[in-house]
Amino acid sequence: MGFVLETVFGGLMTGMLYSLIALGFVLIYKASGVFNFAQGAMVLFAALAMARFAEWIPYWLGLTNPVLANVLGFAAAFAVMIGVAWLIERLVLSHLVNQEGITLLMATLGVTYFLDGLGQTLFGSDIYKIDVGMPKDPIFLFEKTFEGGVLVNKEDLYAALIAALMVALLSLFFQKTSTGRALRAVADDHQAAQSIGIPLSRIWVIVWSVAGFVALVAGVIWGSKLGVQFSLSLVALKALPVVILGGLTSVPGAIIGGLLIGVGEKVSEVYLGPLMGGGIEIWFAYVLALLFLLVRPQGLFGEKIIDRV
Amino acid sequence: MLYRENGQFKTSYRADSAVFPIYQDQLFMAVLLAVSFIALPLLGSEYLFRAILIPFLILSLAALGLNVLVGYCGQISLGTGAFMAVGAYAAYNFQVRVENMPLIASLLLGGLCSTVVGVLFGIPSLRIKGLYLAVATLAAQFFCDWAFLRVQWFTNNSSSGNVSVSNLQVFGLAIESPVQKYLFCLSLVLLFAVLTKNLVRGAIGREWMAMRDMDVAAAVIGIRPVYAKLSAFAVSSFIVGVAGALWGFVHLGSWEPAAFSIDRSFQLLFMVIIGGLGSVMGSFFGAAFIVLLPIFLDGVPRWLGIELSTATASHLTSMVFGALIVFFLIVEPHGLARLWSTAKEKLRLWPFPH
Repeated sequence: MGFVLETVFGGLMTGMLYSLIALGFVLIYKASGVFNFAQGAMVLFAALAMARFAEWIPYWLGLTNPVLANVLGFAAAFAVMIGVAWLIERLVLSHLVNQEGITLLMATLGVTYFLDGLGQTLFGSDIYKIDVGMPKDPIFLFEKTFEGGVLVNKEDLYAALIAALMVALLSLFFQKTSTGRALRAVADDHQAAQSIGIPLSRIWVIVWSVAGFVALVAGVIWGSKLGVQFSLSLVALKALPVVILGGLTSVPGAIIGGLLIGVGEKVSEVYLGPLMGGGIEIWFAYVLALLFLLVRPQGLFGEKIIDRV
Repeated sequence: MLYRENGQFKTSYRADSAVFPIYQDQLFMAVLLAVSFIALPLLGSEYLFRAILIPFLILSLAALGLNVLVGYCGQISLGTGAFMAVGAYAAYNFQVRVENMPLIASLLLGGLCSTVVGVLFGIPSLRIKGLYLAVATLAAQFFCDWAFLRVQWFTNNSSSGNVSVSNLQVFGLAIESPVQKYLFCLSLVLLFAVLTKNLVRGAIGREWMAMRDMDVAAAVIGIRPVYAKLSAFAVSSFIVGVAGALWGFVHLGSWEPAAFSIDRSFQLLFMVIIGGLGSVMGSFFGAAFIVLLPIFLDGVPRWLGIELSTATASHLTSMVFGALIVFFLIVEPHGLARLWSTAKEKLRLWPFPH
């Protein structure tokens, strides 16, 4: 029993991190109808920027305080991500208004190649560490109920907390601020939003910056877990089934989808994996999402797709 | 002046429905075929065949298959690499396990296996649409990647998933030298291109296009969605499967599942989009662009005399590649095939302004 719980807990923690990446997808899709394949590359780019700035800034300024270095590194990386968002809007999206979804998808794939190359040219392509002082030691829960208790990684717990906090912040931003209201208006109907005076291009820069911020947080968490390296951009491939499972247009969907996929993946790997030769984590999430979609083609919480002739 | 159709009268239905109705087009195709079948084998260097022409031909074939699905039927697929892999590994198994299996037969049977898998993964398309479907097809990609790596039977119990074929023969002729391989690929690609072209201008092709333009409306006027979508998946994955088998057998010789990874799927989708959705010609343009671009980009620093470390060079290549793709999408979202037809329109008037 303890082992089952441990597996489920592990799955929930990883799932939370998938949600964090999936959030980036959902934000951009909602606001601009672009399925942003570059989210993974943005995570890598942001993490690389953070790792390198946290190293360079103390060196340039002669700082010794590690907390200050991390904060400055984070701020610098966020500034870089805003720059990237602005450039993407200026150079790519504004030229592709009203194109088909597939063309936009391909354009973001082009951006992916570009960002992968740029990030590694600017910041180097070794494995870098991000040390934001996350505790690494494991803790044991329910030691009285089960023998041995349930082992939970403290790092995972913090990461999940940060992810939850992000989600709460984003919901507040979307529901309570005027910018958030404008974003939701654009998401509902581009033309209507434009006609009442919401500047589309500025909204897109904001959305891509917010997605950049989400990518940065995800990058810092994944980076401090796994080290910042090229494989980080592949984590985004894990977030894709999360997005379609939860629904492309739903923020809560991204969270619940992430948790479902996280748990499903871990449990299946532990219980089904040995029967099928192991390594089924890679495709299980996709097949799970596919099965869900057969029942609900718009994902769990996505807006119902209505076909009109 | 050179390219105009006035004075060319069509006097029979046959002439009216020809693929190339204009005399100049026929001439151009004849010259193109003569160059590719006679002049190139005589003049081309081994490097040209190995590194450029053979990959170009096989990837054009795969892009052609994908174009049937994405360009004509409007179903976005990110699992093309998987269907190529199914074709390659199935053909390999037929070749290894059946005594005296003719090469052509195993290629076609590989294609058929890929058809079965393609239809299977195409079934969700009846319910799932658009981007949801695109991501769902990734399931095929990752499942096949895993299956060919883990299930030992597919790879004839080779531990790393690495398999190889040798002694290729067609009708008693050995296919060994690059020129022979090139001619073999060229004939197959030509055959499939003609077949596809005729398929897409026939009844079934019109059904696919109706599905692509608006599936509900198509269903209302009596086109069966199940039949139209699944036949597109079947035809597409058959062609892609044969292309995969060719890629393994003829181009690589020995391969492992990584040869058909998700990168291959993206690459093929790029070819289809940059070449032109819904255009047979476009598949060839796209393949040429994507095959030549990296070779060209690799060469540029050398010509300019700049020394770059391999890592920096590969990063810069990837940057330029990404930027060029975005550039092409912005300049001509309908692909190189549209540029081609615009050029032909211009040529009809040239050198007079009207």
